[in-house]
Amino acid sequence: MTDTPAPRHIPDRLDKPLSSAIFSWEALLVVVAIAIFAINSFASPYFLDPYSLSDLTFNFTEKGLIAFAMALLIISGEIDLSVAAIIALASTMMGMAVQAGAGTPVLVLIGIVVGLGCGAFNGLLVTRLGLPSIVVTIGTMSLFRGIAFIILGDQAYKGYPESFAFFGQGYVWWVVSFELVLFLIAAVVYWFLLHRTSFGRRVFAIGNNPVAAQFSGVRVGRIKFILFCLTGLMSGIASVLITSRLGSTRPSIAQGYELEVITMVVLGGVSILGGAGSILGVVLAAFIMGLVTFGLGLLNVPGIVMSIFIGLLLIIVIALPIVWRRLRGGR
Amino acid sequence: MTAFLKYREIWLLAAIAVLIGLISMRFPAFADPGNLRQVFNDTSILMILALGQMVVILTRSIDLSMASNLCFTGMVVAMLNAAHPAIPIPLLVVIALAVGLVLGAINGLLVWRLNIPSIVVTLGTLTIYRGATFVISGGAWVNADKMSPDFIGFQRAALLGIPVLSWIAILVIALFFVLMTRTALGRSIYAIGVNPTASVYTGIDVGRTKFIVFCISGMIGGLAGYLWISRYVIASVEVANGYELNIIAACVIGGISIAGGIGSVGGAVLGALFLGIISNALPVINISPFWQMAISGSAIILAVVLNARGERQKGRIILRKAEA
Repeated sequence: MTDTPAPRHIPDRLDKPLSSAIFSWEALLVVVAIAIFAINSFASPYFLDPYSLSDLTFNFTEKGLIAFAMALLIISGEIDLSVAAIIALASTMMGMAVQAGAGTPVLVLIGIVVGLGCGAFNGLLVTRLGLPSIVVTIGTMSLFRGIAFIILGDQAYKGYPESFAFFGQGYVWWVVSFELVLFLIAAVVYWFLLHRTSFGRRVFAIGNNPVAAQFSGVRVGRIKFILFCLTGLMSGIASVLITSRLGSTRPSIAQGYELEVITMVVLGGVSILGGAGSILGVVLAAFIMGLVTFGLGLLNVPGIVMSIFIGLLLIIVIALPIVWRRLRGGR
Repeated sequence: MTAFLKYREIWLLAAIAVLIGLISMRFPAFADPGNLRQVFNDTSILMILALGQMVVILTRSIDLSMASNLCFTGMVVAMLNAAHPAIPIPLLVVIALAVGLVLGAINGLLVWRLNIPSIVVTLGTLTIYRGATFVISGGAWVNADKMSPDFIGFQRAALLGIPVLSWIAILVIALFFVLMTRTALGRSIYAIGVNPTASVYTGIDVGRTKFIVFCISGMIGGLAGYLWISRYVIASVEVANGYELNIIAACVIGGISIAGGIGSVGGAVLGALFLGIISNALPVINISPFWQMAISGSAIILAVVLNARGERQKGRIILRKAEA
């Protein structure tokens, strides 16, 4: 008889004291969101109207969908600057299909497949050839949007079928839009993927130390490739939504979205250096950005001035914890 | 000879020569010295900007706010000129440099003092500076008819048969060449990019040096602001929108490694020239200008594939963090 030692219980995650939850990034974002919400409802009598609030969601759902996949990608230590260009290319391809007489299901399929294909192209360049993603995706950003410009020039595609309009303009129930429902479903799916599966754990492991992850048996290249595909896929879906909402395609569609998506991700507490972040944070950041743009829009503040607030918000929210720590550290 | 061929600048120069050769086979007028001078002049602003971006990238950082800085500073000098045409142009240039310096110093301080990654800081200031342009201008444009003749004519005046704009570019290239190869600061910039930790032990103040490179890129952005506005004679909020990525593209094509530490003044200049030649050649060879974007995108991918041989490594992240 040999004494087998009782299996040691290793907790899946450390118990967190309540104080750490209160001082967490997400808590900070909740406070910011509530503050902006309160300011908005005082500043404009039209803000607390269910239809206004419903319009508000369109400001962030499309970018938010991409931000989930981008969050995983940035946590793994890579980045994709080509997402807006993927939207443009996918939208152009859908426009071409419309001219050829394609119906709504085919259009949606084309949008998603083009997005996935572009993501896979990025992923192959980064993982197979070992190139830095920031440069690769600056290149593919010009390439993808460039192809859209070659095809369209200064023209626009119109004439999307009526049933196609549902994705970007339809409502599932009362004021709850299809886009919002899709956003919430994606939030749950990505939350589960990142925080509750071994895949998510591997993503964090790669972001913290790719070499150690490799030696621990994590297929770093394959996982990064999958993440690029996911980002492309979400861009394709966003392209379907935007094209459906606007009802037309120009090569300049979604220009500058990539930086807004990344702002959303970083504001959500994802470390741009990789290895840390949460989906809840990204969801909150998406709400905050939507609230800021919509609230200022109700006050007739032009879009370009709103971008100042978004930029300031980004820097202040990142700088705040650093300054706070310094002050407490007595420096 | 083999050592000579190792320089990627040589290869880039050869690629440019081949490019010009191919174009001039069908359109001999393209290789005409007068036309090439014109191409150089057209590319001057991009070359200057690429040099400013280069010093930042060498220290493992990035400045995404250069085009917004250009837009803001350009608007400031254009409005000053419209309101007070009597201000002499050299003073306006100094003002442009100073305004750009302030904007760059803001980036630099946030990176240095708060240790926020440069990509985050400049992503924020990218939108802030462009938004600030709207605030100071109220969304109005400054058109050619509001600018003084000197303001527009200064960079077009010919000196020894070459426009002042080209001379400014040559001067800036010379200054950067001296900075990068003949000064301690240039050495520190390379050292930080190659190995930040070792740089600290050799007594280099990494944070302060980063602050300085952001000041440099800011001043360059400001200078380019005046040059851009007086060249295209319109100041608006939309000026150079998205141009920050063209600047980085010129650097990447010029062989400057985004991982820091690798790159040269010659590379940045040639990278910008490569893009300039393509944009000048397209109308000549009768290809729609809409092709330009896809071509430069392909050029970037090709350049990075070629550059990557030999500097492959495991464990890359978006921008390697320089430990201070």
